[in-house]
Amino acid sequence: MKVRQILAARRGPVISIAPDVLVSEAISMLVSKEIGSLVVYDADGELSGIVTERDIMRALAADTTSLEQPVHQVMVREVIIGLPQDDVMAVANTMLEHRVRHMPIVEDGRLIGIVSIGDILKAQRDEYRGAADTLETQMMAEGEES
Amino acid sequence: MSPLGTESNPLHVAIVGAGPAGFYAAERLMKEKDFAVEVDMYERLPTPFGLVRYGVAPDHQKIKSVTAAFDRTAKRPNFHFYGNVEYGTDMTLDDLKKHYHQIIFTTGAQTDRMLDIPGEDLVGSYPATEFVAWYNGHPDFHDCQFDLTQEKVAVVGIGNVAIDVARILSLTPQELARTDMADYAIEALSKSNVKEVHILGRRGPAQAAFTPIEIKELGELEDCDIVILPEEAALDPLSEASLADADRNTVRDVEIVQELSAREPTGKSKTLYLRFLVSPTRIDGDDNGHVAGMELVHNELYKTDTGTLRPRATDVTEYLDVGIVFRSIGYRGVPLPGIPFHERWGVILNDQGRIVDSDTREPVVGLYTAGWIKRGPSGVIGTNKPDSAETVELMLEDARAGKVLQPSQPSLEETEADVHDHQPDFISYANWQKLDAYEVAQGKAADRPRIKVTDVADMLKIAEE
Repeated sequence: MKVRQILAARRGPVISIAPDVLVSEAISMLVSKEIGSLVVYDADGELSGIVTERDIMRALAADTTSLEQPVHQVMVREVIIGLPQDDVMAVANTMLEHRVRHMPIVEDGRLIGIVSIGDILKAQRDEYRGAADTLETQMMAEGEES
Repeated sequence: MSPLGTESNPLHVAIVGAGPAGFYAAERLMKEKDFAVEVDMYERLPTPFGLVRYGVAPDHQKIKSVTAAFDRTAKRPNFHFYGNVEYGTDMTLDDLKKHYHQIIFTTGAQTDRMLDIPGEDLVGSYPATEFVAWYNGHPDFHDCQFDLTQEKVAVVGIGNVAIDVARILSLTPQELARTDMADYAIEALSKSNVKEVHILGRRGPAQAAFTPIEIKELGELEDCDIVILPEEAALDPLSEASLADADRNTVRDVEIVQELSAREPTGKSKTLYLRFLVSPTRIDGDDNGHVAGMELVHNELYKTDTGTLRPRATDVTEYLDVGIVFRSIGYRGVPLPGIPFHERWGVILNDQGRIVDSDTREPVVGLYTAGWIKRGPSGVIGTNKPDSAETVELMLEDARAGKVLQPSQPSLEETEADVHDHQPDFISYANWQKLDAYEVAQGKAADRPRIKVTDVADMLKIAEE
């Protein structure tokens, strides 16, 4: 399975944030949009990082005034970027290896979405469920024949 | 008026496309407790079941047994079938909006991706999707001609469709005769001169998309040997390392490929070559513009930042003097009138099944999608069940929140009269069952699962008798 097959059904607006927006506002966006990460773009439209729930939690644990800091203070700058044609299993292994839960996906240099570890888990679950359902249907048909 | 979802004011839903995703969506909608739903299913062909009838290989009858479950769904009193009614021509989006609160598109992926190499348009170079539709008796393709006088065939791609095509080309007349393949296809394939089939995969055995059952089956054909070059079955260090984190199917695929590569040919009359790490770079034609051969480049794998093993060309090439090429590198959907579409990926623009506006990416009220036209071609038939369920959950959530279309004529009588005005020859489910019974009865006499009727006019005549 390719990343494209997950992202094909995730084509709502990609939520991004500017580096100087406050962490408190980033939290509001994460909550209102029901998402776990925000891609951070600078004024030139360049991808400058990603900020996730976990990054914010870590910052707050270290310093409770982080809420009033700009996002660029807590974001991760070294971002692993995926492509639509990447294999889902390979991406899952890389996310586990690097302990990240969100991966921005870029096509022709443009951010087209974010794949989360939850998206991957759901895609795998649906694939196994589908295979099990298909097998069960066939076995029942065999049972009816015999 | 009573609230939406009550017996006197049920949610009226149109499903466009009668394949597995459509039936799974119908089943999930009608199972909803405490929310009354009426489902009308539209299908441009007179026959339901989409790729189960016209895509699943005719020698894999057990896979088709899923239609028994679809039959049970179709027999529910709140389900209606309008076959032989095409979306966009017979019934437009505006027509449907007059009758339904919600419309869900489950039209599947009907065409194929191009290779983008020179010579792809030569005579003898065909999309595998057309060949599959032809041998399965699809009415749009029953007049297609495939040059089976050639001895050597290349199938580009290594997914389940490519494997099906290669296997069908390798069956004996006796094996073909046991299937529900269209009669004309059995005749043509029984007389075929094909002696060699070359399946061409651009990556290695550890990245192949086929299942262990499919690959194992290739080694069990009655009159066809399988040849896998040991050097292509052996894993490169990157693939070897990737197996540590691979799923069970991938590990088993590799084991079977390596077992098969150790076999010696046994002198059967056909040979199937399963190739890895090769990509066609051009197809050459003869003086008549017919495929005469193709150049292949050998690939090596490299690892991307995300850990995906991708192929890249080496400077080693070889020449394959094949006379037919089937390209099978993936299905893609076709755009539907009035529906936002992602051209490059061949899917409807959507967010978890809610169709979204091309510019704002915000949901369009009342419009939904499921199945391959939603996510692209992936998985087996049953994979569409959770996929359709995902969409239906959102449909019900929106319906309960009142985010629906406002149909002016939602009653069954008004809808049926309108469909009749636009397409007097529409087929009901009872009509289809007559055609189904006819095909099965014809098949029984010949000891076959069914004998398909492949012409729409004939279908209508039998269905309406």
